[in-house]
Amino acid sequence: MDTTEILVTLGGLGLAAYVIWYFFFSTRHITTAVSGSGGIQAVAITVKGGYSPDVIEVEWGQPVQLSFYRAEDNSCSEELLIPDFSIRRELPAFQTTLVELLPQQAGRFEFTCGMGMLRGSLVVK
Amino acid sequence: MNTSAPETTTLDIEGMTCASCAAFVEKSLTRTPGVQSALVNYATEKATVQYLPDQASPNTLKEAVVKAGYGVTERAPDTSAADRQAAIDKQKAQAYQQLKRRFWVAVGLSVVIMPLSMLMLWPALMQRINMQTLNYLLLLLTLPVLLYSGREFYASAWNGFRHRAANMDTLIAVGTGAAFLYSLAATVAPGWFTNRGLMPEVYYDTTATIIALILLGKVLEQRAKTQTSAAIKTLLGLQAKTARVVRPGGQEIDVPIEQVQLHDVIVVRPGEKVATDGVLLEGTSAVDEAMLTGESLPVEKQPGDPVFGATLNKTGSFRFRVTKVGADTMLAQIVKLVEDAQGSRAPIQRLADKVSAIFVPTVIVIAILTFVLWFDLAPVESRLPLALVNFVAVLIIACPCALGLATPTAIMVSTGKGAEHGVLIRSAEALEKAYQVNTVLLDKTGTITRGEPAVTDFAAAPGQDAARLLQLVAAVERQSEHPLAAAVVRYADAQHYTALPATDFRAVAGHGAAATVEGQTVLIGNRRLLTAEAIALTPELETHAQQLLSQAKTVLYVAIDGQGVGVLAVADTVRDTSAAAIRQLQQQGIEVVMMTGDNPQTAAAVAGQVGITRYFAEVLPQDKASKVLELQAEGRTVAMVGDGINDAPALALADIGLAIGAGTDVAMEAAGITLMRSDLQGVVTAIALSRQTIRVIRQNLFFAFIYNTLGIPVAAGLLYPVFGWLLSPMLAAGAMALSSVSVLTNSLRLRGFTAR
Ligand SMILES: [Cu+2]
Repeated sequence: MDTTEILVTLGGLGLAAYVIWYFFFSTRHITTAVSGSGGIQAVAITVKGGYSPDVIEVEWGQPVQLSFYRAEDNSCSEELLIPDFSIRRELPAFQTTLVELLPQQAGRFEFTCGMGMLRGSLVVK
Repeated sequence: MNTSAPETTTLDIEGMTCASCAAFVEKSLTRTPGVQSALVNYATEKATVQYLPDQASPNTLKEAVVKAGYGVTERAPDTSAADRQAAIDKQKAQAYQQLKRRFWVAVGLSVVIMPLSMLMLWPALMQRINMQTLNYLLLLLTLPVLLYSGREFYASAWNGFRHRAANMDTLIAVGTGAAFLYSLAATVAPGWFTNRGLMPEVYYDTTATIIALILLGKVLEQRAKTQTSAAIKTLLGLQAKTARVVRPGGQEIDVPIEQVQLHDVIVVRPGEKVATDGVLLEGTSAVDEAMLTGESLPVEKQPGDPVFGATLNKTGSFRFRVTKVGADTMLAQIVKLVEDAQGSRAPIQRLADKVSAIFVPTVIVIAILTFVLWFDLAPVESRLPLALVNFVAVLIIACPCALGLATPTAIMVSTGKGAEHGVLIRSAEALEKAYQVNTVLLDKTGTITRGEPAVTDFAAAPGQDAARLLQLVAAVERQSEHPLAAAVVRYADAQHYTALPATDFRAVAGHGAAATVEGQTVLIGNRRLLTAEAIALTPELETHAQQLLSQAKTVLYVAIDGQGVGVLAVADTVRDTSAAAIRQLQQQGIEVVMMTGDNPQTAAAVAGQVGITRYFAEVLPQDKASKVLELQAEGRTVAMVGDGINDAPALALADIGLAIGAGTDVAMEAAGITLMRSDLQGVVTAIALSRQTIRVIRQNLFFAFIYNTLGIPVAAGLLYPVFGWLLSPMLAAGAMALSSVSVLTNSLRLRGFTAR
């Protein structure tokens, strides 16, 4: 093994480890929904290559209003799926789409894009 | 109606510049009398207000906002679902045009880049052309492909990376990006390569071709995707655009459908669409309801009958009173149900979901390891190009989009197809459950039978004119409100006898009814009526009546001027389609079991008539659910078919519940599948559709899994030591582009589904 090989090997392993850590183990920021006076919990979510925020904490039994603003016209994010609530919406580009739901039990509910690649989750407490 | 029920409205607020503006507007709305709650969203510039309509109105709400120093945008009269869909469609069409433009630019440049790159394969030509110049020319040609055609991949990959989300674009961006950067280095600093004994090779053709191929895949995918949601669009397109409203003064005017209000009276002429749901007031007609129920025969409508929006008036002209508008209409509910089902996830998809969630990062790691291994193991002079090519090939072939599309596209097509046939599937899970069913439990009344009594036999005493007799009887029964009387009237109407006037009508409680028709006293009722009035029957009629009674039918006796002259038998009759539908289910290997509250003899008679061998008789309504459990205890997967509310517990307990003939109330909570058509044919269609759908999904998942699990090792070069096989990145791109397209095409095959 020459020096270049050793360098490439170490670099590659390091990069692989970084990818694994970054996608699977780095900590995520949890956003708590703001409760309005009507008891409606509102969260604004920007869709651009992913959902930000992507982990949203809401209270159980209170209506939730998610407003998705899609800040891109990339076709990957054009569909929004919240399977546990039977919601499929098309998100028009550069527009806000309101999604309303009522969480009736606690748990973690995923929302994804049409292909299941972009992910976020609704944590109901 | 309760006037104090709160109403909710949405206002578009103008002029808010920050979140505290929103809070201020919210406060002033909350303080307005009659407002129960207000929520102002700064991001969407919308206020959602719940108010009591007798204390506040949209106008007073608007005043409150204006007083707070902000404005309310007047909204166009509630945009219909069809309009909203049209707006989205327009945007999608534009995006599609742009995608096609980007694709053609990539293709155009690739066809120039490819042959130019090939020049290097001819040593004779290479002598005469300066390689440096050629490389710069290729770079110049590749840049537009990268920056214009492929821009979306890089933007999306970067956005995704910042969200710790990796998608197919990440793989394409990293793959083509690596090939391009390597080529760029070889172009700008070839000396660095030659000094190390490496050929300064460029991969511009790879970069450009991959982008062109992936875009081809996206173009085809987009085209196929629009077809998967075609059913909803068709449904929305069924809605009438205008309605001819009768004003209190009597004049008729055409108004846009959005302006139709509850209790309006609407005129429908032959050949026109019914504008919305309502109850027929005057006139009769035949209405084609196939678009809602899948029932191909037109339905006769008379005053008092419900009519539904989007159905087609065939023969007569009629007026109806509006009972439902907008989102409450049957069509809107069907659309909503189908949309909900399309948004749900089938359990079969769960594994694919788990896989695609971790897929892209995993592939990136595999690609990096591929690079390292090739670099370490390949001969020194070719290790860098080989490592790079295989790295790119792994990234490009591994795109998991086919996996993500496998189930949802099939569900979308099949739920839409179901709606076309009057089969409303509540969720993808219901569809999957219906597939596993091996036993169908039918509640006799209302499913196998019509669920309402009908005259089955009619006999007149010798010497009597049967037609005349029926006319007299119908005249009496027309006045009566008894359900059996309705059956007699329907029977007489079906023979097209003219109605006669009846006078002195009196109902004899528990016995029957009497009236004077054309000077004759006509009596119709049960045995007790005969006894009470001391009327004797002729021996022939007596035997006939006994015979009918032995068939478990209800017998009505007719007397004219104190003479017993005829008998009528009334029974719940088997639907014409029941036997055929049950046979089809049995042919599919499904056991059909019947249950009924009737006595064993009647049950046996009906079961025999439709070809059912196993049945439960004398089942009390509250025991229906336990029969489901009984069958499940035998290890069967049970589909329960019932016709309504009293079957709800059994429908809910069954592995899958099919509510039949729920034409007036789509929102059947207990059933996984609702059949708009009131016959068993829908059950056959539902099960056949679910079987075909699951078959398609399995094929899709198989293709997608096989493709990725085989594709990645080949691309990584695992077969190289054995067969000397390597996968060219361009080939990988072609295969990748075709994978999702083939999954989509396979799902679209469900559009050809036809109910037998
Ligand atoms: Cu892909």
